[in-house]
Amino acid sequence: MTDLKTAASGAPTRVWKKPPFIANPWIRYGLIVVTLSYLYWAFATLPFDWERIAEGLPRAGRIFGGAFPPSFERGGLLWTGFKESFQIAFLATLLGVSLSLPIAVMAARNVAPLPVYLLGRTLIIVSRSFHPVIVAILFVAAVGFGPLAGILTLTLYSIGFVAKLLAEEIEEIDWGQVEAMRSVGAGYLKMLIYGIFPQIMPRQIGLAMYQLDSNLRASAVVGIVGAGGIGGTLMNAFGRYDYDFAFAILLMIIGIILISEAISGWVRKKVW
Amino acid sequence: MLEITNLVKRYGQNDPVLKGLDLKVDGSSVVSIVGASGAGKSTLLRCINRLVEPTSGSIKLNGNELVNLRGSELRHSRRRIGMVFQGFNLIDRLTVMENVLSGRLGYVSFFQALTRRFPQADINRAFHLMERVGIAHYADKRADQLSGGERQRVAVVRALMQEPEILLADEPTASLDPKTSQQIMSLLQRLASEMSLPVLINIHNVTQARMYTDRIVGMRHGQMIFDGAPKDFNQDALDAIYGGIESPDEDNGEPDTADDHTQGALV
Repeated sequence: MTDLKTAASGAPTRVWKKPPFIANPWIRYGLIVVTLSYLYWAFATLPFDWERIAEGLPRAGRIFGGAFPPSFERGGLLWTGFKESFQIAFLATLLGVSLSLPIAVMAARNVAPLPVYLLGRTLIIVSRSFHPVIVAILFVAAVGFGPLAGILTLTLYSIGFVAKLLAEEIEEIDWGQVEAMRSVGAGYLKMLIYGIFPQIMPRQIGLAMYQLDSNLRASAVVGIVGAGGIGGTLMNAFGRYDYDFAFAILLMIIGIILISEAISGWVRKKVW
Repeated sequence: MLEITNLVKRYGQNDPVLKGLDLKVDGSSVVSIVGASGAGKSTLLRCINRLVEPTSGSIKLNGNELVNLRGSELRHSRRRIGMVFQGFNLIDRLTVMENVLSGRLGYVSFFQALTRRFPQADINRAFHLMERVGIAHYADKRADQLSGGERQRVAVVRALMQEPEILLADEPTASLDPKTSQQIMSLLQRLASEMSLPVLINIHNVTQARMYTDRIVGMRHGQMIFDGAPKDFNQDALDAIYGGIESPDEDNGEPDTADDHTQGALV
C-alpha cells in the first residue's frame, strides 16, 4: 500500500516498452539479416527467363481469349464427370470418416495404451505424408484407371486429416465425464460411447462436412492423373484445346465448391 | 459397512498423501470428511472406488476386499459404489434421462448401452428417482441446459441408479450457491436415511457438515485427527484441522477441485 502511494506521487516518470518478441538482440537482428540476404540470393540465382515470359504472355492471352465465352454445349459430359466426382467424394468421406473414429481413439494418448497409440499415430502419419495426387498415381497404378482409385485415394486423405484432428479433440475432453463413467462400473467401450463420443460429436460432424467439401475439390485434382471424375474431363478438354469447355468446367467447379461450402458451414453452425 | 485399514497412498516418491488411515462406516450414517486442501480427502474417496490406486492397505465394503481387484471384478464392485462429483460430471450433450440411465452401464449389455434400450425396470426406477428429487419433467432435456442444483440432482440420481451400497460425494456442494448447496446437503441426508445408505461427504463448509451429518471426520496431512459427533466438533478441533496452514490468506475455505488428488502427481 505505502509503496504504491510513494510511487504515484513523487517519483520520476518511468518509461515502459513492450518487451521484444525475441529477447536476445543478436538473434533478433541476425534473423532479419539472414532472411533479407537469403531473399536476395534466391531471387538473384533463380533462372527467370524474361524473354520466355514475354513470349508466353500473348499465348496466355490467346488461351483466355479462347475460353470466352465458356461453352456448356457438351452438358452431358460435364454432368457425368461431376456425378462421378461427387460419388467419389461422398463415398470417400463416408469411408474415411468412419475409419477415422477408431483410428482417432487409437491415436489419443489419454485413452490408448502406448503401443496402440504409436500404431494409431503411425497410421495417421502415413496417410498424411503424401499429397493426394501422389497417392492417386500409386492407386491408379495398383487398381487401374477409374473411380476406385479416386475413392481409395481420398479415403486415405480423409483419414489423415479427420483422424488427426479427432485424436487431438479426444485428448482435450473433459476427463470428469470419463471418470464418472468409470465410477459407475462401465467398461472401456461403454466409457467410449458415453464418456467420450458425445463430447467429440459436434467436432466430428463438422469435420465430416468439411472433409466432404475438401474431397470434392480434391476429386477434381486426382481425376487429372486418371482417378476418375471431373478432373479427367478437364484434362481431356485442355488436351484438345477446348478452352471454352475447360472454362465451363472450371466455372462449374467454383460454383459447386461455393454451394457445398455454404451447406457445410450452415450444418457446422447448427450442430453444437 | 465400509472398513478401511491402514490405507496408504503415495504419488511417486513423494510424501504419502494418506498415511495409514483407518476408518469404519456402518449402517446408514452420513459422515462428513473435513480438512484443508491437500489433506487427502479426495484421494481417500477416490481410493474407495479405485479411481485412484491405493499404495497399500485394505478397503472392505460389506466384507469384500476392494484393493487389488482387476478388470470385471473391479467394475462389478464399482457398480455398488455411487459417486457424486464437485463438477457434476454429467455427459453434457446427452439428455437427463440418458445421464440417469448411465448409472446402469455396469449392469446392461454393450448393445443395450449403445442403442439406449435399457430394461423397463431401469426406466421405471429412473422415473421414480427423478420424481423423488423433482427433476422428472426434465427427462428429455439436455443435461447442460439445467442449473447447477438441478445438475447435481441428476448426478445424485445417476449414482442411486447403481443401487449402491455406499455413496461417495466429493465436495458435492462446492460449485453451488449457498441456498442450493443446503438443498443438496439435506437431500443427501434424507436419501441416506430413506434408503439406509451410508454416505461419505467431503466438504469444506464446516457449518453444513455440523448441520447435515451424523459424524465428522477431520483430516490433516493424510491422517485422521478428529472423529466424532458434530456436537463435539469444537473450536479446538477446527484449529487442529485448519490452523497454521501455510498461506493463510488464500485459505478461506474455498474448494480446490484438483488440488487434493493431483498435487502429489504434479510435483
